[in-house]
Amino acid sequence: MIHIDIAQRLGDFELDVAFKADAPIVGLFGRSGSGKTSLVNALAGVARPRRGLIVVNGETLFDSDRGIDVLPERRRLGYVFQDDLLFPHLNVAANLLYGYHRAPASARVIDPEHIIELLGLRSLLHRLPDALSGGEKQRIAIGRALLAQPRLLLMDEPLASLDVARRDEVLRYIELLRDDLAIPIVYVSHSVAEITRLADTVVILSDGKAIAVGDVDEVMGRLDLRPQTGRYEAGAVIDTVVAAHDTEYGLTTLRFDGGELIVPNVEALVGERVRVRIRARDVALALTRPEGLSVVNILRGTLVAIADPGGPIVEAQLRVGAASLVARITKRSRVDLRLAEGQQLYALVKAVSFDRRSVGYA
Amino acid sequence: MDLSADELGIILLSLKVALVSVAFSLPVAIGVAYLLARFEFPGKTLLDAVVHLPLVLPPVVVGFALLVLFGRHGPIGAWLESWFGIVFAFRWTGAALAAAIMGFPLMVRAIRLSFSAIDRRLETVARTLGGSRSWVFVSVTLPLALPGLVTGIVLSFARSLGEFGATITFVANIPGETQTLPLAIYTYTQSPSGDLQALRLSVIAVILSLVALVAAERITRRKTALARAPRT
Repeated sequence: MIHIDIAQRLGDFELDVAFKADAPIVGLFGRSGSGKTSLVNALAGVARPRRGLIVVNGETLFDSDRGIDVLPERRRLGYVFQDDLLFPHLNVAANLLYGYHRAPASARVIDPEHIIELLGLRSLLHRLPDALSGGEKQRIAIGRALLAQPRLLLMDEPLASLDVARRDEVLRYIELLRDDLAIPIVYVSHSVAEITRLADTVVILSDGKAIAVGDVDEVMGRLDLRPQTGRYEAGAVIDTVVAAHDTEYGLTTLRFDGGELIVPNVEALVGERVRVRIRARDVALALTRPEGLSVVNILRGTLVAIADPGGPIVEAQLRVGAASLVARITKRSRVDLRLAEGQQLYALVKAVSFDRRSVGYA
Repeated sequence: MDLSADELGIILLSLKVALVSVAFSLPVAIGVAYLLARFEFPGKTLLDAVVHLPLVLPPVVVGFALLVLFGRHGPIGAWLESWFGIVFAFRWTGAALAAAIMGFPLMVRAIRLSFSAIDRRLETVARTLGGSRSWVFVSVTLPLALPGLVTGIVLSFARSLGEFGATITFVANIPGETQTLPLAIYTYTQSPSGDLQALRLSVIAVILSLVALVAAERITRRKTALARAPRT
């Protein structure tokens, strides 16, 4: 549980953020310059707000009224930066154990051996950071933060300085440790894909203010937040469970309460939770259930809203069971189909539109 | 080249003076360099200027100032003698003090540069990992400033070995007590038959300086090699 209500002046920029969030992974989303990093710095105690209150898991870390300002080394919040920031003069093992040795013995519940195994660092222990790849370094930085036995992990754009292939690798490890260690994470990013794949609750920052807080699929699906979440990336997130694998054709069936989705093979066991992201431009709409079509995913839903930002394209938001889906269609189609709110529709999603980056392990 | 007892004595005295001056000025230089590299405070420009003064003043002026302040009747010298029994005037300790002050700006500059070059976020990470301010200084800041520390030590050591003007003004030229290598060479050049002796001592001075430079080079190179090669 994180409760933040702070104000801080940084040059011309005024950070004035208030929100409460309680989730395994809280996503902090916003464009660059929206105040994400300032907020995380205030949380970590490396920058001091002008006034306000910061409470994490019931412990007050900062309270300007009562004169409380816990030193960063006493806050026990793991901080993973955009750059790995490994200590260049220490080898991997010494980097990993830097915080472990400083944590009180009674708080040492995360075991170094376990982290080394989990993050696949065994063969790197005696190397110096200079000799490692970006992905390896970021994994070590994450391990180092975890071994300091934090009560909360702060990750500020941890994938931003990695190439695409490395991002996927590190993302997979973050999912692994979320499931394995049950440490709450505050995940900062300007990438819709990362936030929707990882976060449960999302806080949207804009111009130093929290303009929306809520479930990731609800907030990211909101059409009025498009200026922040971005039109191109528009899409929806659905939490599903693996229902079956089709080994003959290499397909996986995912079930959620609005129906089933068939996607290219997902490496997960039947019964595991998987989160998928469906981009608005991959969704087509039909008034009746179409026949003789190659599209395998046909979902029945209700039209809730249509956003018309001007121009030839509109976005239609559908409710499918408890999930929501966004479709980008032309304004002409909207008129031709006479779409109206409350109408029953069929949403069509091609199985091939799901790729590695849109399917995650929830 | 066999060394005479006199020559050996001069070399050992010079080394003693240089080593003691470096050993005592190093902690102060680290403190001042850290202050100048990391903090903004009133009087910072003045402190910076005072630190650099020995670099721009004629050494004789520095020696004279030391004589006035640290002489047996000087305000600081008299106080030190009556309270701690420490005497600088006309002693080898005075030569070390003069050498320390002359080498101080070189040392501070080198160390300050390497403090400034450190990515301060490394210190921030160390704090969030549970390191107190002082532990972070010892375990992160100092090791990362090592190249600057080595450079500063070597420069001020070499400066100490070569110190002449401030030393001869402050503690005079007393054989066996304050007569370091440069002073001895100067003495021989003043006597009609001393050319050979002056030459011998000059060669020794060259050798000593080269050894110090090569040693420093090797220390820094080993450190960087260590940082590059994967240790398996």
